[in-house]
Amino acid sequence: MTLVLLALAPATLFNLYLFGWPAILLFAITIGACVGIEAWCLHIAGKPIKSALADNSAVLTGWLLAMSLPPWAPWWIGVLGAIFAIAMAKHTFGGLGQNVFNPAMVGRTVLLISFPVAMTTWVVPHPLFSANAPGLLDAFAITFGGTMPDAMSSASVLGHIKTELSRHIPVTESMASVPGLMDMLLGYRAGSLGETSALLILAGGLFLMYKRIISWHIPLGVMGGLFVIASIFHYVDPARFSSGSLHLISGATFLGAFFIATDYVTSPVTKRGQLIFGIGCGLLIWLIRTFAGYPEGVAFAVLLMNGFAPIIDRYTRPRTFGRDMKGEPLPLMRGKP
Amino acid sequence: MKLYPILGGIHPEYRKDLTSEKAIVAMPLPAALYIPLRQHIGAPAEAMVKAGDRVKKGQLIARSQGEISAPQHAATSGIIQSVAEIPAPHPSGLPQLTIIIEPDGKDEWADLPEPIADPFSVDAHTIHDRVAQAGIVGMGGAAFPSAVKLNLGTQKKLDTLLLNGAECEPYLTCDDRVMREHADEVIDGARIMAHALGVKRIIVGIEQNKPQAIEIMTRAAAPFGIEIAAVPVQYPMGSERHLVQALTGLETPARKLTADLGIVVHNVATARAVHHAVRFGRPLLTRVVTVSGKAVREPNNVEVAIGTQISDLIEFCGGFSARPESVVNGGPMMGQPIPHLGAPVVKGTSGILALTAEEINNRPTEPCIRCGSCITVCPCGLSPVDMSAVIRKDSLEVAAKLGVMDCFSCGSCSYVCPSHIPLVHYFNYAKGMLNVIATENRKNDRIKSLAEARVIRLDKAAEAKKAALAAKKPAVAATGDASAATTTPAEGKTEA
Repeated sequence: MTLVLLALAPATLFNLYLFGWPAILLFAITIGACVGIEAWCLHIAGKPIKSALADNSAVLTGWLLAMSLPPWAPWWIGVLGAIFAIAMAKHTFGGLGQNVFNPAMVGRTVLLISFPVAMTTWVVPHPLFSANAPGLLDAFAITFGGTMPDAMSSASVLGHIKTELSRHIPVTESMASVPGLMDMLLGYRAGSLGETSALLILAGGLFLMYKRIISWHIPLGVMGGLFVIASIFHYVDPARFSSGSLHLISGATFLGAFFIATDYVTSPVTKRGQLIFGIGCGLLIWLIRTFAGYPEGVAFAVLLMNGFAPIIDRYTRPRTFGRDMKGEPLPLMRGKP
Repeated sequence: MKLYPILGGIHPEYRKDLTSEKAIVAMPLPAALYIPLRQHIGAPAEAMVKAGDRVKKGQLIARSQGEISAPQHAATSGIIQSVAEIPAPHPSGLPQLTIIIEPDGKDEWADLPEPIADPFSVDAHTIHDRVAQAGIVGMGGAAFPSAVKLNLGTQKKLDTLLLNGAECEPYLTCDDRVMREHADEVIDGARIMAHALGVKRIIVGIEQNKPQAIEIMTRAAAPFGIEIAAVPVQYPMGSERHLVQALTGLETPARKLTADLGIVVHNVATARAVHHAVRFGRPLLTRVVTVSGKAVREPNNVEVAIGTQISDLIEFCGGFSARPESVVNGGPMMGQPIPHLGAPVVKGTSGILALTAEEINNRPTEPCIRCGSCITVCPCGLSPVDMSAVIRKDSLEVAAKLGVMDCFSCGSCSYVCPSHIPLVHYFNYAKGMLNVIATENRKNDRIKSLAEARVIRLDKAAEAKKAALAAKKPAVAATGDASAATTTPAEGKTEA
């Protein structure tokens, strides 16, 4: 887990710098709440607290949850999210290793459905120490006072395209007003902490792959599935469907592919199953982004596929040595004498 | 030689450099030898000596019993102290019947069977008998009586003898050293075994981390057309089925033997023992054991008399330099902890490892996070994560359905588990319980079939009696008048 945190650190630090003090406060509150609730749940269950906290799984859940929230959201968003993620999604199922659904994504999804306004109020980056960035005191007002300076809000790229589409403005035109490719890759755009800096997230993901913490199956499945289906539809009707590459670098695609869908507990255990799971996530992300009410679908897609993971496992069990797929002994085949 | 991939496997730290450059040294005889009657798979031997008997080196002291069994011999001359129960070299530490010899220091040979000068001119039967007489068992660790395996040619169509020199377990270097120092004896033994099996082709599989052994064996094998195959370093390459697959691409079907594919596998040290038995008439009296681990002062490869106590062997290697966390019989992956150092070295003992806590790195078990590493490394294509989950709930039938009986306990899953779950212990437990249940069921079935047979037998006897009676009555009736005869069947009915 510690290596996963390390892989997330560059993107997180850069984004905390971009979104300034309010983001730092929310980040700290969310992780603190997750750890506190984890300790409380362990206490209620009568499990050893210290050793369970040492695995950092609650920190990781809080970290991922914080990265999926609007950076200037009020404090109670972080705390409520932590309760849903840790208490409801993880400990009611029996704690570490027992949960069916990804805790951070359950937290985010419950928040998104319950508090749609607070969860979709995005701001453009205000880097720390820049001219109009909020100071520490302003940040307290934003996070704890709930005073959101109106002029600062903005739409995320996917949200913008979706809104414009609903106004019958084709993608080709609405694309003109979205940030350029480099800005999108680096993170100079509105969005959650984890969405914006695609390049650093990608670097963190590749680091995890290099360290063999994750294998290529899920990330490639997610990105491949999403890219292929988006590209096909974009080719057929570019005015209605965004391109495959836009889908890849916008939203939480990279975060989802490398850090969320790859959660060991809630993804299939076999490599073949992981590939199927990843592709399923990719297709669902595209479906939700394109046809559903929400502009972003990573959390929903991952949760839906989490539900399928046990059945995928069941049908992708490897073949036992000396037996066929049905478990019957192989026929005797002799080599050349 | 073309090689084929095998499934899964791991690359543990091998730590063979502790002993790989140490030439085999012979250990002087200890104060007493403890020779268990059962050092092999199968029926224990039957003691032929009693306390006070004088025995000579190589003398038969316990005869083999039944088809799968092996005799025991005195490893030196001396006096039988007793035939008593002492702890077995087994994790249970349970006592087993053991012949205790007090050496007289003369090391005087008994009359040995005649050497077979030209083993290639005698028939398979002669060689088989000689190997059986010599008490040779599989020296890679399984300790299956070798003669039984040499006889497979009579039942199955064989074409290849595969000599297993993979030695994939960490620490162990005894086979490596035997190949490097006694290559000619190994090759000769292999040729004799191939002759007994009636096969032409001989392959020796050696892992690539033993380049000297490969080179020396290649030189020794060259005149005889024996193939030396350098197989990839991948635990558990030394598993017989996996070695066969790596070398031939053939997958041994479940519940079949490699011999069904025409391939018989023997360990390299076994081949050397066969050479000694056939060429010199010598029974299996010593073996090379790797004594290693960081808790041993002077790790070494030792040629040691069978029956030497493990404590004596460790003393010979300088004793303990640190408190051992565990003393293991065999390799660290599949070997078994020995609870009692008074247990002896037996024919299947390939290594005695005294491991420190740091080497074992035992850490507390954490919850399974379903990472799937155990599935990736399982060389049998099993799903340890699912099997352990059902075994925890004691659903042994489900575990059997998931294939737990196909697990050969290589321990790769336990080795990679990031939560330090002792997976292979779960499977050993389940296999043990399932075997007990199967034995119990067989017993019950037998009792049931016997009981049913008894009922049928009794019924038959009763019917036969009745029939005899019926046959008698008409005969009686026939002598009387007709009216008496008509009443008889009615009487019979009321009786029934």
